[in-house]
Amino acid sequence: MTDKIKLTDMSLPGRKPLAHVENKDLMPLPYPLESPEKDHGWTALTEKVMGAVECGLDDTCALNIPQPKTKEEEDELVKKFLAGLDKLFTKENNWTFLQPLVLSMEHCAKCQTCSDACHIYEASGGNELYRPTFRSEIVRRLYFKSVKHGGVLSAWQHGDIEINWPLVARLAELAYRCNLCRRCAQTCPIGADNGLVAHELRKLFSMELGISAKECHDNGSVLQLKVGSSTGMSSLVVKDNIEFIDEDMTEKTGIKVETPWDVEGADVLLIHNAGEIMAWPENPGAFAVILNAAGIKWTLSSELAGYDSINYGLWYDDAQFARVAIKHAQAAKKLGVKKIVLGECGHAHKALSVIADRVLTGDLNIPRESSMTLLRDIVMNGRLKLDPSRNDFPVTLHDPCNMVRLMGVVEPQREVIRKICPQFREMWPHGVDNYCCGGGSGFAIMSGNNFQDWRFHVSGRKKMEQVLNAFSDCMDPSIHKYICAPCSNCKGQFRDMLAYYDMWAKQSILYGGLVELIVNCMVDAKPGFIDWEWH
Amino acid sequence: MSVLVYLALYAGAAVFVAASLVRAWMYARAPLHLRWELYPVPHEDPAKVKHGGSYFEDKDWWTHKRAYNLAGELGVMVPEMLFLKALHEFNRKLWYRSFPFHFGLYLLIGACGLLLLAALLGLFAPALMAGALGMAFHWLYTVVGVAGVALALVGAVGLLHRRLTDEDLKTYTTAGDIFNLLFFIVSFGVLCAGFLLRGPGAPGVLAMVQGLLTFNRTIEVPGLLAVGIVLCALLAAYIPLTHMSHFVGKYFTYHDVRWNDQVNLRGSKIEAKLVEYLTYKPTWSAPHVTADGKRTWADVATTNPWEGAKK
Ligand code: SF4
Ligand code: SF4
Repeated sequence: MTDKIKLTDMSLPGRKPLAHVENKDLMPLPYPLESPEKDHGWTALTEKVMGAVECGLDDTCALNIPQPKTKEEEDELVKKFLAGLDKLFTKENNWTFLQPLVLSMEHCAKCQTCSDACHIYEASGGNELYRPTFRSEIVRRLYFKSVKHGGVLSAWQHGDIEINWPLVARLAELAYRCNLCRRCAQTCPIGADNGLVAHELRKLFSMELGISAKECHDNGSVLQLKVGSSTGMSSLVVKDNIEFIDEDMTEKTGIKVETPWDVEGADVLLIHNAGEIMAWPENPGAFAVILNAAGIKWTLSSELAGYDSINYGLWYDDAQFARVAIKHAQAAKKLGVKKIVLGECGHAHKALSVIADRVLTGDLNIPRESSMTLLRDIVMNGRLKLDPSRNDFPVTLHDPCNMVRLMGVVEPQREVIRKICPQFREMWPHGVDNYCCGGGSGFAIMSGNNFQDWRFHVSGRKKMEQVLNAFSDCMDPSIHKYICAPCSNCKGQFRDMLAYYDMWAKQSILYGGLVELIVNCMVDAKPGFIDWEWH
Repeated sequence: MSVLVYLALYAGAAVFVAASLVRAWMYARAPLHLRWELYPVPHEDPAKVKHGGSYFEDKDWWTHKRAYNLAGELGVMVPEMLFLKALHEFNRKLWYRSFPFHFGLYLLIGACGLLLLAALLGLFAPALMAGALGMAFHWLYTVVGVAGVALALVGAVGLLHRRLTDEDLKTYTTAGDIFNLLFFIVSFGVLCAGFLLRGPGAPGVLAMVQGLLTFNRTIEVPGLLAVGIVLCALLAAYIPLTHMSHFVGKYFTYHDVRWNDQVNLRGSKIEAKLVEYLTYKPTWSAPHVTADGKRTWADVATTNPWEGAKK
């Protein structure tokens, strides 16, 4: 590990990375990943990348900000950044988060209670750069210096920071070293929120300087607003794919599966994360099997964005967020459905249920519900014939932060699992105290340069530890084990991380959603819905 | 001398109250932000608070009447305010220093309240205070006050020691942080010394407070004690101007952010506020936002710059 970083190092001229982490520095993992020597090495950033984009922070690079060519260009960018910083503290530009942001700026006691709560800080072996307050403290000093026009007295009271392009470029990257899981905020005795600070920083960069992660913006919210889904699927393509899934499910379960489209006046408009349709078709397929069997009057929508619940604006841009939320509500309004039910996607849950609650007004304010709740109702009220012995293998449950800590949907999924999975075991800690999977806030879809190395070694490490601990009594490749992760992004992170550590081949650890477990034990369906194959 | 002490005390108290109110008013008048709650939210249904659940766990939640669990909220708020429960749970090492400091301050405030009450009673109902009640008051404010100063002093020294020696804190510690703690230590230290070293003929604390209330210039406040009192008055004025005003901030971070799960129902006051905010005109410069200072948030949010564009 590099020497302990100081806050003022962020302004150091040049592009020499401030932090470097090696495997031996990281938080140790339990069996069978206990050996740092046997862990994957880190892919170094190429000379080409280092010569073209800003990567002066650490071992990776998430944003690919082109290096300014001249001092004038640098100064212009710094000017824009400071203008954006001012805007963050005006109600016209940021009524959405002004009050909590100011509170977090003005009241941190610098007690570092939050550090121990952060999986990134812990997994990095306590690297100063990844301490939750490191980023916030820089922003705080900028706030007092630039926004509040603090002079010498303010610098003495709050600390000083030199404002230059290296600082701004590093800060942009640092905004993408936080999962926005807000576990740190939960432990703060004052109620300050470092996750919020990272969120607001991302917003400033996106909404003022047009700097954001390509995967979240160009290939995410822009694509969704352009063609209807961040997967790139138009409504025609998505209908085709669902038809194919219906056929596949019919064959697999022996139950005729038909997905209804654009049914006016349906009770339920189900919106999936469209990534499921591409990557885990058995998930929307299982939903269709369950809802049909339970006699729910439901539909999918083929409206623009109406068939993809993702809303990546949640992580970096209020305008993009609001646009997509409104599209979702408009799709429901057009069909006149009674409620929107969100499929297995954590950030979509929070985006449309919680955050959009103060965006949608009038007839766009259509009730939104979690699929966990609907599924609990179906399973616990005996609307399906179930045989839990078909799920007699070790199962653990991952709590998506957005659904659990940030929305309070904790028990419904547990009630279902307890009923249908005889070998269910909790991770520790769990529920609202859970740890992020490491893919939160867009990381699960980000893999540019060597970002994956960072996301598996650092941000995902704590979750890996939790999984291995949860299955420590059955670490035998002959025993199939299942991580239930009712969230597409978390599943993406599990897929990539389990593959990185070869945990399917070596330890038979598979991951999947909740609905797959339900259909797997439906008496009316052919056995073996979960096929224990890696995908 | 006594006039100076009185003026300092009145001014210190006035600045403390005014600056705290201004700060609270600034936070309170900020627009209603997007929801950003963190579970558990203690005013939820008690059955849900146990696991941190919310009304989103109920099927068709919008059809249910929601009860506000005030007991649940108080059950978290009171131990948090009095005993710093979160710190006790998540940072025990710091709690050992921070708790005596804060609790000492509470006791000191309590002692001041008792003294004021005793002084007023003494002025308006001297007969009542002449006997056992007066004695009881005397012992009470003395014990509470001495315990308060002692605890706050010990806590402040402990906090300063930690700030100077703990590697985790050093990077974030500013000169101002050290000054703040020293300010407490010196003010309380001088106050204590002034109290303990006051001469035999010095007026009692109660007499001084009565002097303060009646602006009695014949009261001779001993020099060192006067310095201690003036320092404490300055400290009181200084606190709300700094991040140490978290007694104000914390109300908002908890009630307006962490626990604010108020639903926006059609036709509600919340909706009316949102309708107003949607008329604000942002000036964000990134082209995709399409803000130009003339277009409203409603315009921006309903604009799809890519509608109809080919992939
Ligand atoms: S954010 Fe909260 S817990 Fe973290 S250092 Fe600041 S006051 Fe302490
Ligand atoms: S929000 Fe999560 S990832 Fe970010 S600093 Fe806090 S605990 Fe760490």
